[in-house]
Amino acid sequence: MSQTAVVDGAPGSGEDALGHTGSVATRWLGVVVLIGAVALLAFGLVFSDPDVIQGDAVRLMYVHVPSAICMYLGVGALGLGSAVWLKRQTEFWDLLALAGAEIGALFTALTLLTGMLWGRPTWGVFWVWDARLTSTALLQVMLIGYLALRKLPGDATVRARRASITGLVIVLDLPLIHYSVEWWRTLHQGATISRLDPQIDGLMLFSLMLGIVVGALTFVWLMIHRFRLAHLEEQVEDRGLDAALDARRAEADRPPPAGDTPLVRTSP
Amino acid sequence: MSQAGYVAVGYVAVFGSISGYAWWMLRRGRRLSRKVPPEARRWL
Repeated sequence: MSQTAVVDGAPGSGEDALGHTGSVATRWLGVVVLIGAVALLAFGLVFSDPDVIQGDAVRLMYVHVPSAICMYLGVGALGLGSAVWLKRQTEFWDLLALAGAEIGALFTALTLLTGMLWGRPTWGVFWVWDARLTSTALLQVMLIGYLALRKLPGDATVRARRASITGLVIVLDLPLIHYSVEWWRTLHQGATISRLDPQIDGLMLFSLMLGIVVGALTFVWLMIHRFRLAHLEEQVEDRGLDAALDARRAEADRPPPAGDTPLVRTSP
Repeated sequence: MSQAGYVAVGYVAVFGSISGYAWWMLRRGRRLSRKVPPEARRWL
């Protein structure tokens, strides 16, 4: 692995010339995530026992809760990037916000989906319009809107400013989602693991904690790669714009072909 | 659908979506990296 690291860093080497968004650190992190994912599958599906009341459906908790936590992390990154961009106006924070929004949207969709799949065998329905589910669905719609807004053409600074303001509005939904189970009477259960005396124990608690750790590491890996990809997208866009401007200037500077009459009207 | 069926759909959706997204990111990153010089990819 150390040899690979040297080859990675050597300018002009084959792999360097090909290019990618990976680095030695992200490769190690990726290996840890893969091992963790296999362990989560083993503990979540095989080693942990079914719940006395919920049966096998409780196994969805080991992917639903980590997805929800990654959703919070993604939207948190969106909020942080948006707020700091409005103060400093540097590309780093804008790209952090973008990466957070996109990964946050992915995990929001997974939270909603696994929640629906868990709700059907335990509640008897896929969906109810209670405060927790509705505020999470609202977040998903807003994140999709945010990503669509970023696609609108325009000056980079203007785009980043309107995205940052929108990002800060979206973040306001997070406390609404989190405290919805306390502020309103909901079908969704209240806090389980954030209490001082968690209501689950044994292998179920371990599997859940393992899922949260693996989810968090996966989130970090995805964020690093998405951030680098966004940086590359900006570079390619800038270079494309520069090339188009150079071509236009070269065209303007080129002398007209001999024999062409200039398009200048002289007075009679 | 049985409870195991809901669990299976949930796990396939989660692991499949994340794997698909990661694969898309890596592939796009590889493609775009070829269009910029190595000095613009400081993480290498």
